[in-house]
Amino acid sequence: MDTLPLPDDGNAAPPPTPDQLRELYSLMAAVRHLDVSAVAWQRQGIIPGYAPELGQEAAQVGSGYAVDTSRDFVFPTYREMGVARAMGVDMVAYMSTHKATWHGGLYDPVTSRLAPIQAVVAGSVLHAVGWAHGQTLEQNDGVALAYLGDGASSQGDVHEAMNFAAVMKAPVVFFVQNNGWAISVPTERQVAGGSVAARAAGYGIPGLQVDGNDVVAVLDATRRAMAHCRSGNGPVVVEAMTYRRGPHSTSDDPGRYRSLDEERSGAGEDPLRRLRQRLLDDGIADDAFFAAAQAAAAAEETSIREGIEALGPRPGSEMFDLVFQETTPALKNQAASWREESEHV
Amino acid sequence: MSNAILESEAAMAGGTPRQGVEQLSMQQALNRALDEVLTENPKAVILGEDCGRLGGVFRITDGLQSKHGENRVFDTPLAESGILGMSVGLAMAGFHPIPEVQFDGFAYPAINQIVCQIARMNYRSRGTLPMPITLRVPSFGGIRAPEHHGESLEALFAHVPGLKVVSPSNPHEAYHLLKYAATRPDPVIFMEPKSRYWQKGDVDVSAADAPGAGSPTGAKVMREGRHLTLIAWGAMVSRCLQVAELAAEDGIDVEVLDLRWLKPIDADALVTSVRKTRRAVVVHEAPLTSGLGAEVAQLITHGCFDTLKAPVERVTGFDVPYPSGDLEDEYIPNIDRILFGMQRVLEYRRG
Repeated sequence: MDTLPLPDDGNAAPPPTPDQLRELYSLMAAVRHLDVSAVAWQRQGIIPGYAPELGQEAAQVGSGYAVDTSRDFVFPTYREMGVARAMGVDMVAYMSTHKATWHGGLYDPVTSRLAPIQAVVAGSVLHAVGWAHGQTLEQNDGVALAYLGDGASSQGDVHEAMNFAAVMKAPVVFFVQNNGWAISVPTERQVAGGSVAARAAGYGIPGLQVDGNDVVAVLDATRRAMAHCRSGNGPVVVEAMTYRRGPHSTSDDPGRYRSLDEERSGAGEDPLRRLRQRLLDDGIADDAFFAAAQAAAAAEETSIREGIEALGPRPGSEMFDLVFQETTPALKNQAASWREESEHV
Repeated sequence: MSNAILESEAAMAGGTPRQGVEQLSMQQALNRALDEVLTENPKAVILGEDCGRLGGVFRITDGLQSKHGENRVFDTPLAESGILGMSVGLAMAGFHPIPEVQFDGFAYPAINQIVCQIARMNYRSRGTLPMPITLRVPSFGGIRAPEHHGESLEALFAHVPGLKVVSPSNPHEAYHLLKYAATRPDPVIFMEPKSRYWQKGDVDVSAADAPGAGSPTGAKVMREGRHLTLIAWGAMVSRCLQVAELAAEDGIDVEVLDLRWLKPIDADALVTSVRKTRRAVVVHEAPLTSGLGAEVAQLITHGCFDTLKAPVERVTGFDVPYPSGDLEDEYIPNIDRILFGMQRVLEYRRG
C-alpha cells in the first residue's frame, strides 16, 4: 500500500541481474548464519549480549545493497547487522559492540559510511536529516538512509525528522522495518492507523509500503526512493513489513508475550527460503551454489568469531582520551589518578 | 558603578579611546562575533527558530541571513530536539553548526539530543565524528519573562561528560568567548545572560591574539582585592562588581573573579585568588542544591583548606521553580543578600 506513490520519473532501476541476485542470496545466507551464530556465541559466553535480526535479512540486505558508499551515508540503530554486512563493513569491528568492546563499534564510520551503532531508538533519524541537508547545502548528491522500527515510530523525534526533512526537501530515506514487535508490544498497540508509511502523506512526501521479506521488492523500493531523493525531490518513507522471528535480545523471552503458533503464522514464509525458491525456479542458481553459499557463510562466521574472541579490552586510557577533541585539566587529572590507583596492566 | 563603566575606564588611556576598542552592547558584540565566524569559516552555519529573516527574538543574528545567505543562516521548524538533532548530522557532514534555542527553558525538549548524542558522538565514534557544535542559549533571569524563559542550566550541562559550558559577563567577553567557542572542535553550550544583552561596554575588537583581547580560556579577575573573593558568571558578575564598590566604602577590598568557563572550571584561578584573600563567596542565579556553587566551593576548599578563614559561602537562587516576574527580585541574588553572605564569611569564627 503506497500512500503517496513515487512519480514515474524515469528513476526506475533495472531489475537485479542474475549475478546480483546470487550476491543478494549469498549476503542473506552470510547474515543469517552470523545472526544465528551470534545467539550461540552469547550462550557460550563469547559475547555478553546480542539483538538478533532473524527474519529481517531481506529488509536489511535489500536496503543496504542499494547504498552507494561513495556518496551516501547510513544511520543505523542497534539491529542492523545485515545492513552493515551488505555495505561491506568490517564485521569484527561491527560485532565488537556486542562483545561490549566499544558502544559504537570499532569500525570507522567515516570511511564505512555507517554511523556508529545507536542504542536510542529514533535517536539518529534527526542526524540523517542534518547530514542530508548538509548535502543540499554543498550541492552533493548523497542520500541519507535512516533506519527505524515500528517501536521507534512512536518517538517524537521521528515526527520532527520527517517534518524537518519535508520542509527542507532533505534527501533522506526513512527506512522503517516494521517487524511486528517492539520487545513485547505488537504493532497494533504501537502504531495508530497500522502503518508508518501512511504518515508520509501528512508531510506531503511519498510513502511506500513493501513486502519486507522479498529482497528484490525491498531493493527496488529503496533504489527508487534513493533516486527520488538524489534528484532533489525531498524525502521518502519506505516501510518494509517484516517479522522479528527471534527475541528482542538474548535477554528476552518471547514466550511471555506470544505463542509459537503466533510466531509461525506471523512470520510468514522465510525470506531466505523465498529467494532460494525464486532462484531455483528461474534457473539462476542450483544446489551446488546454495551449498557453496552456506559453506562461505560458515567460513565467514568462523573468521569473525575468531576475530571477536581475539579482541581484548580497549586500553582504559581511551575512556579519557576520546571524550573531547581538546581534553580538559579535570579529565587529565582523573586519568592520572586512574593510572596511579587502578591500572593493573 | 557598573561593569561597563569600569571597563570603559580601563579602555580609555588618558581620555583617548584605545585603538581597536568600540562601544558595543552585548547583543551587538555577539552579532559581530557571529558575522566574523561566518565570514572566516565557510562551514559555519546558524540555525534555529526565527534566527533567519527575523534575526532572532533577541536580534543576535540580525542581518546575518541577508549578508551571508539562506544557506548559512536559516530558520527551522519549531522543534528544539529537531534543531539539535539536525546539528549532529550537520556536524557529521563536516559543518560547524551554531544552533540557537530561543530561551533556556526550551533547551529541555532537546536534552535527549544534547546529552545522548551531541555530548557522546565524539566518544561513541572514537574521535572520528567530532561534534563542533556551539549551542547558543539565551540564559538566566532578570527580564520579567514568562515561565521557562529564565532558567539557569549550567549545572545540568556541566554535569554531562562531553560538553563544555561558558557564559560571558559583558560585551567584550561575549565577543571573544563566542568567537573562541565557535571555532572549537568540541560542543560548547554558550549561555548568554539575556538581562545583559542591551548593556554597552568597551570591546577590544582587535585580533584575538592582540594583548587587549585577553585569553579566551579560564577564569578572569575583573577586579582585584585583598579581603574576599566573589566568584560569579553571567549577569551576576556585574552585580558582584557593584557589591565590591559598596563594600569598598566600608574598607573591604573585594576581588571579583568571573569564572567564564563553567566547564572546564579554572581551578587554578580559584585557588590563586582565594589563597590570597582567604575568603570566598560564590554567587549564582541557579537553585542552591547541587548547583555549580557546590563544585566551586569544593575546588576552593580542596586547594585552600589550610588557609581558608571561613567555609565557602553560597549566595544563590532558591530551590524553587523560577518565579514569576513579580517575585524575580526576591529570587535572584541581590546586593543585600550578597553583602549578607560576605558578612557571614568575614565574621566567621572557628569553634
